[in-house]
Amino acid sequence: MLKIKVKKVYLLLIKCQNDMNQKWLFEITPKTKLIDLNLKEVWSYRDLLMLFVKRDVITLYKQTILGPLWYVIQPLFTSLIFTLIFNSVAGISTGIIPPFLFNLAGVTTWNYFKECLTATSDTFKKNEQIFGKVYFPRIIMPMSIIVSNLLKFGIQLVILIGFYIYYVAIGQNIEPNRFIVLFPMLIVLMGMIGLGLGMIISSLVTKYRDLTFLVTFGVQLLMYMSAVMYPINLMKEKLVSVEEGYDYSWLVDYNPLAHIIEMGRYMILGQGTVTQFGVIYTVLITLVILFLGIIIFNKTEKSFIDTI
Amino acid sequence: MMSEEVILKVEKVSKQYRLGIIGTGTLSHDLNRFFAKIRGKEDPFLKIGESNDRATKGNSEYVWALKDISFEVKRGEVLGIIGKNGAGKSTLLKILSKVTGPTTGAIKSRGRIASLLEVGTGFHPEMTGKENIFLNGAILGMTKKEIASKLDEIVSFSGCERYIETPVKRYSSGMKVRLAFAVAAFLEPDILVVDEVLAVGDAEFQKKAIGKMQDISNSEGRTVLFVSHNMGAVKSLCKTGVVLEHGKIMFTGSAEKAVNYYITSERKNSLSNLALRKDRIGSGEFKFVGITFKNKEGLEVNQFMSGDKVLVEIDYVKNPEFDASRIIMSVIFRDNLKQIAASFLSDELPGELQIDETSGKINLEIPNLYLRSERYEISLISFNRRAEMEDALDVIDDVTYINVLKADVFNVGNLNREGFYAIMPAKYYT
Repeated sequence: MLKIKVKKVYLLLIKCQNDMNQKWLFEITPKTKLIDLNLKEVWSYRDLLMLFVKRDVITLYKQTILGPLWYVIQPLFTSLIFTLIFNSVAGISTGIIPPFLFNLAGVTTWNYFKECLTATSDTFKKNEQIFGKVYFPRIIMPMSIIVSNLLKFGIQLVILIGFYIYYVAIGQNIEPNRFIVLFPMLIVLMGMIGLGLGMIISSLVTKYRDLTFLVTFGVQLLMYMSAVMYPINLMKEKLVSVEEGYDYSWLVDYNPLAHIIEMGRYMILGQGTVTQFGVIYTVLITLVILFLGIIIFNKTEKSFIDTI
Repeated sequence: MMSEEVILKVEKVSKQYRLGIIGTGTLSHDLNRFFAKIRGKEDPFLKIGESNDRATKGNSEYVWALKDISFEVKRGEVLGIIGKNGAGKSTLLKILSKVTGPTTGAIKSRGRIASLLEVGTGFHPEMTGKENIFLNGAILGMTKKEIASKLDEIVSFSGCERYIETPVKRYSSGMKVRLAFAVAAFLEPDILVVDEVLAVGDAEFQKKAIGKMQDISNSEGRTVLFVSHNMGAVKSLCKTGVVLEHGKIMFTGSAEKAVNYYITSERKNSLSNLALRKDRIGSGEFKFVGITFKNKEGLEVNQFMSGDKVLVEIDYVKNPEFDASRIIMSVIFRDNLKQIAASFLSDELPGELQIDETSGKINLEIPNLYLRSERYEISLISFNRRAEMEDALDVIDDVTYINVLKADVFNVGNLNREGFYAIMPAKYYT
């Protein structure tokens, strides 16, 4: 009887020991699973994310005279020039919306995407120093950029609201759509697409530097294709010509950013063309891009330090 | 049982690097790899590659920086990793600290690994010392709460209290290093990886840093992987050691034995064939034809630690007619400027020189080599009757060299400083 008990305890001990031998906190191996995003780990580094955001915010305009005012000046002047060129010179109609406000709304939303994309697409190259020495989930870096740009976006949004109130006060007939409550969702969507694209580009840049050149002027071109300074409908009309027999309207239809910009204006200014297809397509493509971005970023982060 | 628990297991880890320019040319290799992968075949470029000897020119543009590295570390163990430049130490540390992945193999760990590969990573010059402590600490894996609770300790350890609200760009480089090391020293990982950070700061701070390192490994029972060229530090800090050479493990064992292995493997004998040397002065009736340095185990080496026992064996040939009864000779240690740092003159030292045969061996035993860490050139001289040039029998410079490594000669807890001068046994008292 006792013998059996002793044997049982002994077996239990062996089992314990075996279990202990099996249990490793983590393993470092060459082959990555297709998706290897350890969300628990990322969460444990949330303090780092916030500290990076803090760093970006307090150091960006150190030793400049105008400081955070640059956040404001940039969209204002861009909108002013757009109004001059596209509305005064080219004579594009923005409906009942004052052209300046129309452009400001477009530029503000576009800027958030642009800043997210250009800043994250530089992740690996810019942080080579840190990444080469210390490990932390690399995705913290692009995520911190998305968050710190949110602050910049917030300031620009305040300016937009300021002009909005001004135009309402002087008697312009504008009011926001009831879908304005979904505006935060739109910001999330923009952040996601910027993050996804940025991660894809930053991963490829580690090997093929050509892309750095592409990003700067690609973003510029994309802005013109995304209906930032003209209504989406007008742009589509102009891209179709029955007499000449071409139809380039798909350029707009399949551009998720054009939809996002238009949706933004629809929510804020109550004017615009939002289709069911556009909304569903944009959400889907954003998720696909983000997912793809995470996969590629994950693959790159393990070995980029050898190829950069 | 706890102390026997394996906390870190490295299994057949290899790392391949591609030499030369990595540019757009890799696109074809990438495609090759990709096609091999989707057909379920092995990466075609893993089969090639050669061991990483930077001195010899190879044929392949792929090299193995590490090849089949396996070892285990137990909880509370302090492991020294030693090897020459390019032996793969840094690559191994990079893989261990997850900065880069291995090409093949696996590392299994039961604890959090943090590295002190480079102190001060992520310091931002525009931010104050305090802000940087938080950022740097978070980069190294601490939470904000942890850092806040240790902030006072970190600041006082760094000795930068007065500047803590000043942007780091106004700091002297020494202050930056102090602050950075202070943050790292208060990390609490299960496994700490240290790569010669002790070589920073002034003497006072170095002592503080070494003391902290010893605290960490002794009292706190932390597992430490310590990479260094400093054999003295490895010997005094580590219990076990691993010797890397050309990306392979050459030796695993106690730290003492690993250091010995490393020193012996560094031996150099190409210069010891003196018989063929033409650049010598003297009548030639007596000639030095060989020299070997041996350590206390009788192994042929050319590296010693300060205070080590040194045996020098000198081979000679002599003209049968020549009467060598009044010969005076010496083994001379010279510094980099050819100045004499030490000379072992036979007529000043006890013992006897019996040179009757036409060829033979002369032994010189140095019980303690009280010279500081440097590289010394060795010269051999011999004279008849007087130590003057007109009586020279054979004088040769640069017969070989000896590397003296830092050690704590009198066991006082400090390594001796470098320099081309002697360490004398002595004592202070009041």
